[in-house]
Amino acid sequence: MSKLGERTFTLLQTVTSVGLSALAWAVTGVRPIWNGSQPSDRQRIYFANHASHGDFILLSACLSEKQRARTHAVAAADYWGKSRLRRFIAQDMLSSVLIQRQWTDEAQNPISIMLSVLDEGHSLIIFPEGTRNMTDEPLLPFRSGLYNLSMARPDVELIPCWIENMSRVLPKGQFVPVPLLCRVVFGAPIAIAPDEERRAFLDRARETLLALNPRPLRGD
Amino acid sequence: MPMMHETLILVVGLAAVLTTASLVAGILSWRAPKPLSSTLVNLNQRINAWWVMVVAITVAFFFGRSGMTILFALISFAALREFVTLTHSRRSDHWVLLGMFGIIIPFQYWLVWTAWYGLFTIFIPVYCFLLMPAITALHGDTERFLERVSAQQWAVMISVYCVSHVPALLTLEVPGFEGRNLLLIAFLIITVQGSDVLQYIFGKLFGRHLMSPKVSPSKTWEGLVGGLATSSLLGALLSFLTPFSPLQAAGVAFIACLMGFLGGLVASAIKRDQGVKDWGHLIEGHGGMMDRADSLVFAAPVFFHTVRYIWT
Repeated sequence: MSKLGERTFTLLQTVTSVGLSALAWAVTGVRPIWNGSQPSDRQRIYFANHASHGDFILLSACLSEKQRARTHAVAAADYWGKSRLRRFIAQDMLSSVLIQRQWTDEAQNPISIMLSVLDEGHSLIIFPEGTRNMTDEPLLPFRSGLYNLSMARPDVELIPCWIENMSRVLPKGQFVPVPLLCRVVFGAPIAIAPDEERRAFLDRARETLLALNPRPLRGD
Repeated sequence: MPMMHETLILVVGLAAVLTTASLVAGILSWRAPKPLSSTLVNLNQRINAWWVMVVAITVAFFFGRSGMTILFALISFAALREFVTLTHSRRSDHWVLLGMFGIIIPFQYWLVWTAWYGLFTIFIPVYCFLLMPAITALHGDTERFLERVSAQQWAVMISVYCVSHVPALLTLEVPGFEGRNLLLIAFLIITVQGSDVLQYIFGKLFGRHLMSPKVSPSKTWEGLVGGLATSSLLGALLSFLTPFSPLQAAGVAFIACLMGFLGGLVASAIKRDQGVKDWGHLIEGHGGMMDRADSLVFAAPVFFHTVRYIWT
């Protein structure tokens, strides 16, 4: 890509990210709660609960402009790559990383794709449930990506992020958000313990994330 | 401007009160050991937020009817957002919730703007009351139906219907008081909000007997009596703003501030029930919009109808 092309690219993404963050604030008054970690320029993997397309917009609205520019959400290629428009929104506007949830070709291996982004020094936002949670359960079981990434790059901090209320603001299948107050709770980093099994770690990560919910007994 | 004289007195008076408060808090903070206690930090935040609120209302005041209608529509938006956030809803409520923000708020304030009194008073308690649960029922999701529907009714009654009675004061036609209705809004807000502050001060200074410990740990009989007495006196002093005699002004202020107290009590009970301390975090030091507006919400409709019944 030419130098000029690259610059317009960045401009589009900057405008999109500033615009979406402002919109997120106007609709949800979103506020970060740093409960165990602090804003930092360290390389991180933010992992969060997922119930709405708005989730990652809310999470990135809580990061500084500088961090946002080098933090990418991981999204499903089978959804966001479906049409040109979706691909444009996901890749060119939101600078997301698209991965195949079902893959056969080694070139599509999601872990390699995510690792290559990490190796450029960037941070990731991932939703380990693997899909938007439509059940009455607060959180689905985690898929393995979180474990594999952390095994491969143990120096990258894993930050659990509980996104509150977003499933009510913009439920699956809806496109007009209801204005409700949202908070994003950032917890203390977790790491794989020596000898910890894959499933044990994933369950512990899930429990850690659940424990961040500031209003767990409401039954929503 | 027909109210230039009164407006000037109000602006200067409010600025003087807030300046005094800021000075006192500044001296207290300067002399207190560092780091400041949470009470002092909170006091400073509260006073700063008061400056912002007074400036916002003053600006709206100078834009007259349009300014007040827009300001209170925004207050309704913030209050409704806090109310709906706090209460239970399900995915199938999406369109009803959207309608509350997208249709009910604009329409109710349009009714205020056009002074369509008949529909203004019944739009929410009759039409929304009946149609909102009908839409919910049509969606077919009956899980915790009555609870969801009641929370929606309460949300629009409190945050939209009651709040809209403040700018609706501009539509009243009090003989001999034409063109001066903005001062009624100033009178209502100053006495009711002043009463909140005075109840708080009297409670801190003399509070011994808790009124309803299960609902609120800070509301005392001493605070209520002292606050109501002084705010009624404040009302009498402000009678020059109104069509009331000083004695009438004290009486009207007493009723408004008593309703305001009850509003705060009900708001505390709702928060207690939902397991939160504040409605939100919009106003630094105060909590959410509803934490500041709860007394006004209960006072406004009663004040409106008192004035309408006796003076028009």
